[in-house]
Amino acid sequence: MTPDDIQLIVALCKTRAGLSIDPAKTYMIESRLGPLARREGYESVSGLIAGLRARREEPLIWALVEAMTLNETCFFRDRTPFNLFRDEILPTLSRMRGPEPIRVWSAGCATGQEAYSLAMIAEAGKDIEAHARVEIYGSDISERCLEKAQSGLYNQFEVQRGLPIRMLIDHFEKVEDSWRLSPRIRQRVRWRRLNLAADLTNVGRFDVIFCRNVISELDDAIRARVLEGLAAALPADGFLVLGEGESPLGTTDAYRPISGRDGLFARNPAFRIAA
Amino acid sequence: MKTCLLVDDSRVIRKVARRILEDLDYEVAEASDGLEALAWCRAAMPDVILLDWNMPVMNGLDFLRQLRTEPGGDAPRVVFCTVESDPVRIREALNAGACEYIMKPFDGDIIQAKFAEAGLA
Repeated sequence: MTPDDIQLIVALCKTRAGLSIDPAKTYMIESRLGPLARREGYESVSGLIAGLRARREEPLIWALVEAMTLNETCFFRDRTPFNLFRDEILPTLSRMRGPEPIRVWSAGCATGQEAYSLAMIAEAGKDIEAHARVEIYGSDISERCLEKAQSGLYNQFEVQRGLPIRMLIDHFEKVEDSWRLSPRIRQRVRWRRLNLAADLTNVGRFDVIFCRNVISELDDAIRARVLEGLAAALPADGFLVLGEGESPLGTTDAYRPISGRDGLFARNPAFRIAA
Repeated sequence: MKTCLLVDDSRVIRKVARRILEDLDYEVAEASDGLEALAWCRAAMPDVILLDWNMPVMNGLDFLRQLRTEPGGDAPRVVFCTVESDPVRIREALNAGACEYIMKPFDGDIIQAKFAEAGLA
């Protein structure tokens, strides 16, 4: 890849998805785009970029941006946020909402393990919070990731990272060398392709937003806009759950931390939602 | 230091697993079948047992069932580590007293994740 190629990739990722890509990490760029280059019939990433310059086709540009997103995820990643959801967030909201649905959004859900982890918790909690109706939504910028998420099909390596064995045998069936989630859990999640860097005004209202290990991948200016867009989707008593080490504080004043709970934030009452 | 008894008839698997377990700060002892593992346990119960299923002399499931009848044999946490991946077999292992289950092939990340799952790491 030439410096011009790298500059083009960095610029496309920033303008289309708000992604911050370090141009010095050529190995990372090559490794993320290599599979796309092969799928598109190019011998190298340089070939792919040359093809992209010549064809200027939107689907190819988006395929490149999608390929550059980090899709690292696993079931119950980091565990603590899921324990918080099960032990505190869900019971609290269940008491406050009564029979009204509790809407939970996994924003930047990649291949769906986070949304399904929440769905398995909601399924297990239905005996305790009998009246609670939990609706789970997963969104990602990548169509390919969403297709996999919707299939609910995971390989042996994926089901062994974070997923307790009892949950595996309770909620999955073995299909050849892979494992497929039961229809009961799959039906609990609705999927939508969504670019968080685009306008979030019409996404709807969510009581809980899991947006973990996403904002740290975003360009500084876009990060503030995304966080404020998410704040606008939260009710005053809703919760934002971020990844380990991530915080909106210092980027926007739209949130306040929830004392003693790392990564958990509520909308700042002083935050004014833009009309 | 916590102790882990590593039970597998493959020397290669034992070598790989030992390195991973030592990285998790376990003191590791090895056995190549269920009977040898029982002898270890009768001498001193380990904190954790990483257990293969298919082994000569005494297989992992028979070992686990026997272990649970021994004095103090209910104490060790048992994690199966095997090529057996049929859900029926997995249920059998859990019913016999295993607390977690690893399907081979495995790597350090999987062992670490599973041990964390069982509160062992």
